[in-house]
Amino acid sequence: MRIPALIALLLFSLLARATNIEVYDFDNDTQERTYKELTTELRCLVCQNQDIADSNAELAQDMRHKVFKMLKEGKDKQQIIDFMVKRYGDFVLYKPPFEGRTLILWVGPFILFVLAVWLMLRVIRKARERDRNITIDSNQLEQAHHLLDDETDNGNKA
Amino acid sequence: MNKKAVIPLVLFVGLAALFLYVLMQMNEGEYNPRDIPTEFIGRAAPAFSLPSLFNPAKQVSSSTYKGKPWLLNIWGSWCPECWRESDYLVALKRRGIPIVGIDWRDDPADGKAMLARAGNPFLEVGMDPDSSMVIDYGVYGAPETFLIDAEGIIRAKHKGALDERAWQEKFAKYFEGQ
Repeated sequence: MRIPALIALLLFSLLARATNIEVYDFDNDTQERTYKELTTELRCLVCQNQDIADSNAELAQDMRHKVFKMLKEGKDKQQIIDFMVKRYGDFVLYKPPFEGRTLILWVGPFILFVLAVWLMLRVIRKARERDRNITIDSNQLEQAHHLLDDETDNGNKA
Repeated sequence: MNKKAVIPLVLFVGLAALFLYVLMQMNEGEYNPRDIPTEFIGRAAPAFSLPSLFNPAKQVSSSTYKGKPWLLNIWGSWCPECWRESDYLVALKRRGIPIVGIDWRDDPADGKAMLARAGNPFLEVGMDPDSSMVIDYGVYGAPETFLIDAEGIIRAKHKGALDERAWQEKFAKYFEGQ
Protein backbone atom coordinates (compact mmCIF):
# COMPACT_ATOMS: atom_id res chain seq x y z
CA MET A 1 0.00 0.00 0.00
CA ARG A 2 2.64 2.46 1.08
CA ILE A 3 5.33 1.52 -1.41
CA PRO A 4 3.44 2.55 -4.57
CA ALA A 5 2.64 5.85 -2.92
CA LEU A 6 6.29 6.31 -2.06
CA ILE A 7 7.35 5.51 -5.60
CA ALA A 8 4.80 7.95 -6.95
CA LEU A 9 6.13 10.62 -4.60
CA LEU A 10 9.70 9.97 -5.68
CA LEU A 11 8.75 10.11 -9.34
CA PHE A 12 6.93 13.34 -8.78
CA SER A 13 9.86 14.92 -6.98
CA LEU A 14 12.15 13.92 -9.84
CA LEU A 15 9.82 15.60 -12.29
CA ALA A 16 9.63 18.68 -10.14
CA ARG A 17 13.42 18.94 -10.12
CA ALA A 18 13.69 18.44 -13.83
CA THR A 19 11.56 21.47 -14.57
CA ASN A 20 13.88 23.68 -12.52
CA ILE A 21 17.04 22.85 -14.37
CA GLU A 22 18.00 25.42 -16.95
CA VAL A 23 20.20 24.24 -19.75
CA TYR A 24 22.26 27.00 -21.27
CA ASP A 25 24.63 26.40 -24.12
CA PHE A 26 27.66 28.61 -23.73
CA ASP A 27 30.13 29.35 -26.50
CA ASN A 28 33.14 28.76 -24.25
CA ASP A 29 34.26 28.28 -20.65
CA THR A 30 34.99 31.96 -20.04
CA GLN A 31 31.41 32.79 -20.95
CA GLU A 32 30.12 30.17 -18.57
CA ARG A 33 32.40 31.41 -15.79
CA THR A 34 31.25 35.00 -16.31
CA TYR A 35 27.65 33.78 -16.22
CA LYS A 36 28.25 32.06 -12.89
CA GLU A 37 29.99 35.13 -11.47
CA LEU A 38 27.26 37.48 -12.62
CA THR A 39 24.36 35.38 -11.36
CA THR A 40 25.92 35.21 -7.91
CA GLU A 41 26.66 38.95 -7.83
CA LEU A 42 23.23 40.13 -8.91
CA ARG A 43 20.50 40.31 -6.33
CA CYS A 44 17.07 38.83 -6.81
CA LEU A 45 14.81 41.86 -6.35
CA VAL A 46 11.82 39.80 -5.33
CA CYS A 47 13.46 37.76 -2.57
CA GLN A 48 16.16 40.37 -1.82
CA ASN A 49 18.40 38.15 0.29
CA GLN A 50 19.18 35.75 -2.51
CA ASP A 51 21.28 36.17 -5.60
CA ILE A 52 19.63 35.41 -8.91
CA ALA A 53 21.55 32.13 -9.24
CA ASP A 54 19.97 30.87 -6.03
CA SER A 55 16.47 32.13 -6.51
CA ASN A 56 13.60 30.42 -8.21
CA ALA A 57 11.50 33.54 -8.37
CA GLU A 58 10.20 34.04 -11.88
CA LEU A 59 11.87 37.42 -12.24
CA ALA A 60 15.20 35.89 -11.19
CA GLN A 61 14.77 33.20 -13.84
CA ASP A 62 14.13 35.86 -16.44
CA MET A 63 17.08 37.91 -15.24
CA ARG A 64 19.33 34.86 -15.54
CA HIS A 65 18.03 34.38 -19.04
CA LYS A 66 18.70 38.02 -19.83
CA VAL A 67 22.29 37.66 -18.55
CA PHE A 68 22.72 34.58 -20.73
CA LYS A 69 21.33 36.33 -23.79
CA MET A 70 23.60 39.33 -23.29
CA LEU A 71 26.66 37.09 -22.90
CA LYS A 72 25.72 35.34 -26.12
CA GLU A 73 25.49 38.71 -27.81
CA GLY A 74 29.12 39.22 -26.83
CA LYS A 75 28.56 41.68 -23.95
CA ASP A 76 31.23 41.57 -21.26
CA LYS A 77 30.72 41.40 -17.52
CA GLN A 78 30.91 45.14 -16.90
CA GLN A 79 28.43 45.90 -19.69
CA ILE A 80 25.90 43.53 -18.16
CA ILE A 81 26.42 44.94 -14.66
CA ASP A 82 25.97 48.46 -16.06
CA PHE A 83 22.79 47.35 -17.82
CA MET A 84 21.28 46.01 -14.60
CA VAL A 85 22.42 48.93 -12.43
CA LYS A 86 20.98 51.40 -14.92
CA ARG A 87 17.60 49.73 -14.46
CA TYR A 88 17.57 48.52 -10.87
CA GLY A 89 20.14 50.79 -9.22
CA ASP A 90 23.00 49.76 -6.94
CA PHE A 91 20.54 47.64 -4.99
CA VAL A 92 20.80 44.95 -7.64
CA LEU A 93 24.46 44.46 -6.71
CA TYR A 94 25.24 42.25 -3.76
CA LYS A 95 28.51 44.10 -3.40
CA PRO A 96 27.85 47.84 -3.46
CA PRO A 97 30.42 49.81 -5.48
CA PHE A 98 33.24 51.51 -3.61
CA GLU A 99 32.71 55.22 -4.22
CA GLY A 100 32.14 58.51 -2.40
CA ARG A 101 28.47 57.84 -1.77
CA THR A 102 29.08 54.39 -0.29
CA LEU A 103 32.33 55.20 1.49
CA ILE A 104 30.75 55.14 4.95
CA LEU A 105 29.30 51.72 4.20
CA TRP A 106 32.72 50.31 3.46
CA VAL A 107 34.95 52.06 6.00
CA GLY A 108 32.30 52.73 8.67
CA PRO A 109 32.73 49.38 10.45
CA PHE A 110 36.51 49.77 10.57
CA ILE A 111 36.23 53.29 11.97
CA LEU A 112 33.80 52.01 14.61
CA PHE A 113 36.17 49.17 15.45
CA VAL A 114 39.17 51.49 15.88
CA LEU A 115 37.02 53.83 17.97
CA ALA A 116 35.88 50.96 20.20
CA VAL A 117 39.45 49.72 20.74
CA TRP A 118 40.62 53.26 21.57
CA LEU A 119 37.77 53.71 24.04
CA MET A 120 38.47 50.38 25.67
CA LEU A 121 42.19 51.11 26.06
CA ARG A 122 41.37 54.48 27.57
CA VAL A 123 39.04 52.96 30.13
CA ILE A 124 41.61 50.30 31.06
CA ARG A 125 44.40 52.88 31.36
CA LYS A 126 42.28 55.12 33.55
CA ALA A 127 41.36 52.27 35.85
CA ARG A 128 45.03 51.31 36.19
CA GLU A 129 46.04 54.86 36.97
CA ARG A 130 43.37 55.09 39.61
CA ASP A 131 44.68 51.92 41.25
CA ARG A 132 48.24 53.19 41.16
CA ASN A 133 47.33 56.52 42.71
CA ILE A 134 45.92 55.00 45.84
CA THR A 135 48.24 55.85 48.74
CA ILE A 136 47.68 54.54 52.21
CA ASP A 137 49.54 55.24 55.38
CA SER A 138 50.34 52.71 58.07
CA ASN A 139 47.38 53.83 60.11
CA GLN A 140 44.94 53.01 57.35
CA LEU A 141 46.69 49.73 56.68
CA GLU A 142 46.30 48.67 60.26
CA GLN A 143 42.66 49.65 60.18
CA ALA A 144 42.18 47.52 57.10
CA HIS A 145 43.85 44.52 58.70
CA HIS A 146 41.70 44.98 61.72
CA LEU A 147 38.56 45.10 59.61
CA LEU A 148 39.56 42.00 57.69
CA ASP A 149 40.28 40.06 60.86
CA ASP A 150 36.98 41.21 62.22
CA GLU A 151 35.23 39.96 59.11
CA THR A 152 36.75 36.49 59.29
CA ASP A 153 35.75 36.24 62.92
CA ASN A 154 32.22 37.28 62.09
CA GLY A 155 32.16 34.84 59.22
CA ASN A 156 33.16 32.00 61.51
CA LYS A 157 30.49 32.87 63.96
CA ALA A 158 27.75 33.03 61.38
CA MET B 1 23.19 63.65 41.00
CA ASN B 2 26.31 62.64 39.16
CA LYS B 3 26.21 64.11 35.67
CA LYS B 4 28.14 61.22 34.18
CA ALA B 5 25.60 58.70 35.37
CA VAL B 6 22.95 60.33 33.19
CA ILE B 7 24.90 59.79 29.96
CA PRO B 8 23.97 56.11 29.45
CA LEU B 9 20.33 56.91 30.09
CA VAL B 10 20.35 59.75 27.56
CA LEU B 11 22.13 57.49 25.05
CA PHE B 12 19.60 54.73 25.62
CA VAL B 13 16.58 56.97 25.21
CA GLY B 14 18.14 58.58 22.13
CA LEU B 15 18.87 55.26 20.47
CA ALA B 16 15.46 53.85 21.37
CA ALA B 17 13.81 56.89 19.79
CA LEU B 18 15.95 56.53 16.66
CA PHE B 19 15.14 52.83 16.31
CA LEU B 20 11.45 53.46 16.82
CA TYR B 21 11.51 56.17 14.17
CA VAL B 22 13.29 53.97 11.60
CA LEU B 23 10.99 51.06 12.40
CA MET B 24 7.97 53.23 11.73
CA GLN B 25 9.52 54.55 8.54
CA MET B 26 10.17 51.01 7.38
CA ASN B 27 6.50 50.15 7.23
CA GLU B 28 5.83 52.93 4.82
CA GLY B 29 8.17 55.23 3.07
CA GLU B 30 11.83 55.86 2.62
CA TYR B 31 13.30 53.03 4.67
CA ASN B 32 10.95 50.34 3.36
CA PRO B 33 13.32 47.66 2.04
CA ARG B 34 10.71 46.64 -0.52
CA ASP B 35 10.44 50.14 -1.93
CA ILE B 36 13.54 50.27 -4.07
CA PRO B 37 14.00 53.78 -5.45
CA THR B 38 13.50 53.86 -9.18
CA GLU B 39 16.34 54.88 -11.43
CA PHE B 40 14.03 56.17 -14.09
CA ILE B 41 12.63 59.52 -12.94
CA GLY B 42 13.67 62.12 -15.48
CA ARG B 43 14.98 59.55 -17.90
CA ALA B 44 13.60 58.67 -21.32
CA ALA B 45 11.16 55.77 -21.19
CA PRO B 46 12.71 52.72 -22.89
CA ALA B 47 10.94 51.97 -26.16
CA PHE B 48 8.97 48.76 -26.29
CA SER B 49 6.90 46.88 -28.82
CA LEU B 50 4.96 43.91 -27.52
CA PRO B 51 2.27 41.64 -28.98
CA SER B 52 -1.23 42.75 -28.04
CA LEU B 53 -3.15 40.64 -25.54
CA PHE B 54 -6.33 40.79 -27.61
CA ASN B 55 -4.67 40.39 -30.97
CA PRO B 56 -1.16 38.91 -30.82
CA ALA B 57 -0.56 39.74 -34.47
CA LYS B 58 -0.73 43.42 -33.55
CA GLN B 59 2.06 45.23 -31.68
CA VAL B 60 1.52 47.56 -28.75
CA SER B 61 4.27 50.11 -28.92
CA SER B 62 5.42 53.02 -26.78
CA SER B 63 5.92 55.29 -29.80
CA THR B 64 2.14 55.47 -30.37
CA TYR B 65 1.68 57.64 -27.30
CA LYS B 66 4.19 60.42 -27.91
CA GLY B 67 2.75 63.91 -27.62
CA LYS B 68 0.61 63.58 -24.49
CA PRO B 69 1.17 62.30 -20.96
CA TRP B 70 0.05 58.72 -20.38
CA LEU B 71 0.22 55.98 -17.78
CA LEU B 72 1.94 52.67 -18.19
CA ASN B 73 0.67 49.99 -15.82
CA ILE B 74 2.37 46.63 -15.30
CA TRP B 75 -0.02 43.99 -14.01
CA GLY B 76 -0.89 40.30 -14.10
CA SER B 77 -3.95 38.23 -13.25
CA TRP B 78 -1.80 36.42 -10.65
CA CYS B 79 -1.25 39.61 -8.69
CA PRO B 80 -3.78 40.34 -5.92
CA GLU B 81 -2.88 44.03 -5.66
CA CYS B 82 -3.66 44.40 -9.36
CA TRP B 83 -7.19 43.20 -8.72
CA ARG B 84 -7.44 45.64 -5.85
CA GLU B 85 -6.36 48.67 -7.90
CA SER B 86 -8.49 47.73 -10.89
CA ASP B 87 -11.54 49.77 -9.83
CA TYR B 88 -9.40 52.85 -9.37
CA LEU B 89 -7.82 52.46 -12.82
CA VAL B 90 -11.26 52.12 -14.38
CA ALA B 91 -12.29 55.34 -12.61
CA LEU B 92 -9.19 57.06 -14.04
CA LYS B 93 -10.12 55.87 -17.50
CA ARG B 94 -13.55 57.46 -17.10
CA ARG B 95 -11.81 60.73 -16.29
CA GLY B 96 -10.07 60.41 -19.65
CA ILE B 97 -6.61 59.33 -18.47
CA PRO B 98 -4.87 57.21 -21.13
CA ILE B 99 -3.53 54.01 -19.59
CA VAL B 100 -1.57 51.33 -21.40
CA GLY B 101 -1.35 47.94 -19.68
CA ILE B 102 1.41 45.37 -19.75
CA ASP B 103 0.23 41.88 -18.85
CA TRP B 104 3.34 40.44 -17.22
CA ARG B 105 4.17 36.72 -17.20
CA ASP B 106 0.56 35.77 -17.56
CA ASP B 107 -1.51 33.21 -19.38
CA PRO B 108 -3.29 35.33 -22.04
CA ALA B 109 -6.58 33.58 -21.25
CA ASP B 110 -6.25 34.48 -17.54
CA GLY B 111 -5.33 38.05 -18.41
CA LYS B 112 -8.35 38.46 -20.66
CA ALA B 113 -10.61 36.80 -18.08
CA MET B 114 -9.44 39.26 -15.43
CA LEU B 115 -10.18 42.28 -17.63
CA ALA B 116 -13.59 40.83 -18.45
CA ARG B 117 -14.41 40.42 -14.77
CA ALA B 118 -12.75 43.42 -13.15
CA GLY B 119 -13.17 45.87 -16.02
CA ASN B 120 -10.66 46.99 -18.62
CA PRO B 121 -9.08 50.36 -17.88
CA PHE B 122 -6.54 50.11 -20.72
CA LEU B 123 -6.40 51.60 -24.19
CA GLU B 124 -4.15 48.74 -25.23
CA VAL B 125 -2.57 45.79 -23.46
CA GLY B 126 0.81 44.33 -24.40
CA MET B 127 2.04 40.92 -23.30
CA ASP B 128 5.42 40.42 -21.66
CA PRO B 129 5.71 36.68 -21.01
CA ASP B 130 9.49 36.62 -20.48
CA SER B 131 9.96 39.90 -18.55
CA SER B 132 11.94 41.51 -21.38
CA MET B 133 10.09 44.83 -21.16
CA VAL B 134 9.76 44.53 -17.39
CA ILE B 135 13.54 44.19 -16.89
CA ASP B 136 14.08 47.08 -19.29
CA TYR B 137 11.93 49.28 -17.05
CA GLY B 138 13.55 48.08 -13.82
CA VAL B 139 10.27 46.61 -12.61
CA TYR B 140 10.48 44.00 -9.87
CA GLY B 141 6.88 43.56 -8.79
CA ALA B 142 3.35 44.21 -9.87
CA PRO B 143 1.52 46.47 -10.03
CA GLU B 144 3.80 49.32 -10.98
CA THR B 145 2.62 52.45 -12.72
CA PHE B 146 4.79 54.88 -14.68
CA LEU B 147 3.87 58.32 -15.89
CA ILE B 148 5.41 59.17 -19.23
CA ASP B 149 5.14 62.78 -20.38
CA ALA B 150 4.55 64.20 -23.86
CA GLU B 151 8.29 64.10 -24.60
CA GLY B 152 8.57 60.44 -23.62
CA ILE B 153 10.28 61.16 -20.28
CA ILE B 154 9.33 59.16 -17.18
CA ARG B 155 8.16 61.70 -14.59
CA ALA B 156 6.70 59.55 -11.83
CA LYS B 157 6.40 55.97 -10.72
CA HIS B 158 4.20 54.24 -8.20
CA LYS B 159 4.82 50.81 -6.79
CA GLY B 160 1.79 48.93 -5.52
CA ALA B 161 -1.91 49.54 -6.03
CA LEU B 162 -2.70 53.02 -7.30
CA ASP B 163 -5.23 54.94 -5.23
CA GLU B 164 -6.48 58.50 -4.87
CA ARG B 165 -3.75 59.43 -2.39
CA ALA B 166 -0.90 58.21 -4.61
CA TRP B 167 -2.59 59.80 -7.59
CA GLN B 168 -2.84 63.24 -5.98
CA GLU B 169 0.69 62.96 -4.62
CA LYS B 170 2.52 61.84 -7.73
CA PHE B 171 0.47 61.95 -10.90
CA ALA B 172 -2.39 64.46 -10.84
CA LYS B 173 -0.25 67.53 -11.55
CA TYR B 174 0.81 66.20 -14.94
CA PHE B 175 -2.79 66.02 -16.14
CA GLU B 176 -3.93 69.45 -14.92
CA GLY B 177 -5.56 71.67 -17.50
CA GLN B 178 -6.60 68.81 -19.70
